[in-house]
Amino acid sequence: MTVGFIMLCHDALERAAQIARHWAERDCPMVIHVDSRVSAARFRKFRDAVKDLDNVAFSPRVKCEWGGWSLVSATLKASEIMLREFPQAHHIYLASGTCLPLRSVSELKTYLAERADTSFIESVTTADVPWTKGGLDSERFTLRFPFSWKKQRFLFDAYVQLQRRLKFKRRIPYGIRPHMGSQWWCLTRRSLKAILEDPRRREFERYFQRVWIPDESYFQTLVRLHPGRVESRSLTLSKFDFQGKPHIFYDDHLQLLRRSDCFVARKIWPQADRLYTHFLSGDDNSTNLAEPNPGKIDRIFAKAIERRTRGRAGLYMVSRFPRAEYDNGRTCARYSIFEGFGDLFHDFPNWLHRATGVRAHGHLFGPDRAEFADGQRVYSGALSDNPRLRDYNCNAFLTNLLWNTRGERQAFLFGPRDTQDIAGFFAFDPNAEIKVVTGAWAVPLFQSDAPFSEIRREAARLQKIESAHLNLLRGPHVKARVSIWSMADFVEAPLEPLQGLVEDTGTWNARKLTEAPRMKELTGFGQFLQNLKNEGMNPYMMGDFPSGDGPDVEKPDIRKPYIVR
Amino acid sequence: MIARRDAGARPATPQDRSARALWQAYRWRWGRRRLLARALAKRRQLRVVADRTSSIAPGAVLAFLCLRNEAQRLPYLLQHYRGLGVDHFLVVDNGSDDGSDALLSGEPDISLWRTDASYRLARFGLDWVTWLQIRHGHGHWCLTVDADELLVYPFWQTRPLPALCHELARRGRSSMAALMLDLYPKGRVGDTPYRAGDDPLDRIDWFDAGNYTIRRQPGQDSLWVQGGPRARCFFADAPRRAPTLNKLPLVFWNRRHVYLNSTHAALPPRLNRAYDDDGGEQLSGALLHTKFLDQIVTRSGEERLRGEHFANSALYDRYYEALTENPTLWTPQSTRYRGWRHLEALGLMSRGGWI
Repeated sequence: MTVGFIMLCHDALERAAQIARHWAERDCPMVIHVDSRVSAARFRKFRDAVKDLDNVAFSPRVKCEWGGWSLVSATLKASEIMLREFPQAHHIYLASGTCLPLRSVSELKTYLAERADTSFIESVTTADVPWTKGGLDSERFTLRFPFSWKKQRFLFDAYVQLQRRLKFKRRIPYGIRPHMGSQWWCLTRRSLKAILEDPRRREFERYFQRVWIPDESYFQTLVRLHPGRVESRSLTLSKFDFQGKPHIFYDDHLQLLRRSDCFVARKIWPQADRLYTHFLSGDDNSTNLAEPNPGKIDRIFAKAIERRTRGRAGLYMVSRFPRAEYDNGRTCARYSIFEGFGDLFHDFPNWLHRATGVRAHGHLFGPDRAEFADGQRVYSGALSDNPRLRDYNCNAFLTNLLWNTRGERQAFLFGPRDTQDIAGFFAFDPNAEIKVVTGAWAVPLFQSDAPFSEIRREAARLQKIESAHLNLLRGPHVKARVSIWSMADFVEAPLEPLQGLVEDTGTWNARKLTEAPRMKELTGFGQFLQNLKNEGMNPYMMGDFPSGDGPDVEKPDIRKPYIVR
Repeated sequence: MIARRDAGARPATPQDRSARALWQAYRWRWGRRRLLARALAKRRQLRVVADRTSSIAPGAVLAFLCLRNEAQRLPYLLQHYRGLGVDHFLVVDNGSDDGSDALLSGEPDISLWRTDASYRLARFGLDWVTWLQIRHGHGHWCLTVDADELLVYPFWQTRPLPALCHELARRGRSSMAALMLDLYPKGRVGDTPYRAGDDPLDRIDWFDAGNYTIRRQPGQDSLWVQGGPRARCFFADAPRRAPTLNKLPLVFWNRRHVYLNSTHAALPPRLNRAYDDDGGEQLSGALLHTKFLDQIVTRSGEERLRGEHFANSALYDRYYEALTENPTLWTPQSTRYRGWRHLEALGLMSRGGWI
C-alpha cells in the first residue's frame, strides 16, 4: 500500500524532476503532466531525467489555461493512468511541479494508512465562506465564462455584467451542491475511482467546463456525492495573498516550514537551494506522527495581508501615502494639545509631565523654534527644531514626531502666536485631544512692558487668530476631542478641569491630583482688559472678567504700572 | 483558506477621465517622446569601450550606472550588486581619470561606454543611460543607480533580485520605490578614512530615522520626499531646495519608458505609482547613500567648480562650501544602521506583505 502522486508541471522542470525522483525512488508511483506549452526539447530533457524510474508515467499533454477546464482535464487523464497502471496506490495525491515535500514519505504513508478511508480535500459550500469581496463565488456556478480572465479581461468583465443584468442563470445539474476549495487534494483510490466512473460523468463534465476555475470546484463538489470520509482540509500548505495569488516560499522560510509539520508545501522558489537540499535529504525512517499544524504560518500570513492592505496607521513613507481624505489613522497614537495653559500657568509642561507622565513639549509650533521637551534642539528621529524646516511641511513634522515617539504619549502647547496651518490637520484627527482656555494669550501681553498701542494691536491680531481657530474647532466635521473653557470660567475654578485633564491625559494610574500648577499673577488683569476696551478694542475671548479688580484691589504692591494715556 | 479568493470581476478603478487629466496625459506623452528623442541624439557622445551585451540572456536583471571617478566605491559596489544577482552591468564612464575605467573594462559581466561630454547637458547622464536602456533594457528588470547607492530591500540577503522582480511582477507592479537614506559617520565626515573594497557601512553607519517630509506631485502621480541630514544641516533656510530622496531604482523596462529627473520619477506616470494611497503598504526598499565617505570634502570643492550637478548651480554654492568645511552631520538623535529589519520597523521601507 502506498501513495501515488499526480504532478502538474509547467515551469521549473529541473526542480519538478528532482521532486519526482525523490518520491518515485521511495516507492511512490508518479503520473506527470507537463503543459503542452513547454517546448518539445525541454519536455524530452525532463523525460530523460526520470527515464530510469519504472514507476513514473507521463499523461497526455494538454495546454493548460489558468482558471480553465484544461487543468481538470489534465488531472482526470492523469488520474485514469494512475488508477490503471498503479494498483498499489491507495491514496492519490495531486501536487504541482513547484511543490516540496516537507516530511518524509514514510511519515506520509503512515499517516494515510491510519486514515485509510479518508480523503483530504478542502471542500466548502459557497454559501458558507466569508470571502466574497466583490469577487465571484456562487456566480462561478451559475454564469458562463467563455472568455479568458487573464487575456480577455475586458470581455470577461463585460460578459459577467451582461449576464447579471439579464439575470441569466445556468441550471446546476440535479443532485449536486457546489463546493469549492484548494486545488491540491489527496483522495482515496475509492473516491477517485467513484468520481471517474460515475455514470453521470459526461453530464458533470459538460457542466463544469463552463464553470469558472473548475479546478477548485470539480473534485471538491463531486467528492461529496460518493461514500467515504471527507476531511475538508488540504495536506498541501499553500498560502495566498490578498490578490488571490499564491505566496512563494524562500530559503529564509526553512524554520517556519519545518515547524509547520505539513506534508507538502507550494510554491517554492526554484532557486531556493537551501530548502530543496534540506527537505529532500531528510531522514527516510523518521517517525514523527504529528498532525499538520499550519496555524503559525496562517497567523503570519494573515498579518502580512493586513500590512499590505491596511498598513501601519500614521506612517507616511515612499510606499505608503494615504490620500488626505483617508482618515483612518492620520497619526499613529493619541496626543494632547493644550491651548492657553502655557500662558496661564508657570512652567505648565513640567507640571504636566510630573502629574501625568506624558512627554510634554512647549510650543512645538512656536515662531522661533520647535520647543521640544527639555530644550532639546534635535529630537527623536533627528527631527530639527528649525522653524522653517518645520513649517515647510508642518503636518509631516507632527506625524513624524508622533511616529518617532510611538509608545510614549506626547503633549504640546499651542496658541495664536504659533504656526496656524497645523490646526487644520489636528482638528480632524481622532487621535488629538484639545483643551483650550480661550483668551489666555492676553496674559503675556498683560505682563509685557511694551507700549500700550503695540499691545493693543497685538491683542487684536491674536484675538482674530484665536477666533478663527475656535470656529475651526467648533466646526461640524471636527474629529478631535475638544474641550473649551473661557479664561474667566477657568480661573474661577481651575481645579476641576485640571483634575479632568490629568485623568484624560495620564498614562499611569495614580491620577489623584497632588500638586496644582502655579497660576500666573492675574491681579489687575480685569483692569487691563478694561484698558483695551477703552482703547476701542473688544477683548471678548476671555469671558466675563470683572472690570474692576474685585477683592484683589487691596494688594496694590503687586499691581503693575500701566501706561495709561 | 482558498485559492484565488478575490480573483473575480475586477472592481471598477476610478480613473480620472476629466479633460484636464487627459490633457495632462497628452502632454506627458509628448514630454516622454521628447526625452526619448534627446537620448537618441545624445547616443553619438558615447564611445564603446567594451560591449559584452550579446551575453545578456532573456530575463536577466540589468544594472545601469553612470559614473565619474568612483574607483574607491566601485569594488564594493560591484560586489554588492553581484551578490544581489545582477546579471549584467551597463556603465557609462563620464571622463574618469582615476582608473575607474580600468576596473570596469576587463570584467566579463560589464559593458562599458565612455564619454567626455557634459554631464549636466546630458540631463545629468540620463540621456546616455536612456539610450542604453532603449537598446538593451527592453523587457528586462532594470536597476538604475548611482555609484554611491546601495540598494537594500526586505530579505535581500536571502532573496536575490530575480526573486524580488518575480514578486513585483506577480503583484502586477512594474516599478519599486526606494528611499534614499543618507549615511554619515559619527564625527566629522572627512575624518573616517575609507579604503576601496571595504564595506562602507563599517565606516558610515548613522542616519536620520524620522525627519522625512512627503508631498504628492499630482501631475506626475509621484511623491516628493525630502529631509534627512542634508535638509537638516544645509537647507534649513531653504527647505524647498533640499535634495529629493525618493527614487525608483527598479523598473521593468520598456523601450518607451524614460526617467524624468534623475531616477526620482519616470514616464509614463503610472510607473511612479509605486506607493499605496489607500492606507496599505507596497513593497519598497532603501538606497543606502554612501555620499559622505571621506572623499566628499575634497570632491565637493571640485564639483562646485565643475558645476555639473545642479541645473542652477550657483544656488548650491553654499551647500558645497559647507561640505568643504568638513561638517558633522551626526547628532545624539541619529540612528545606527542595524539592517533592513530595523529600517522596516522604523517605517523607512516596507515588505508590503511579502513574507
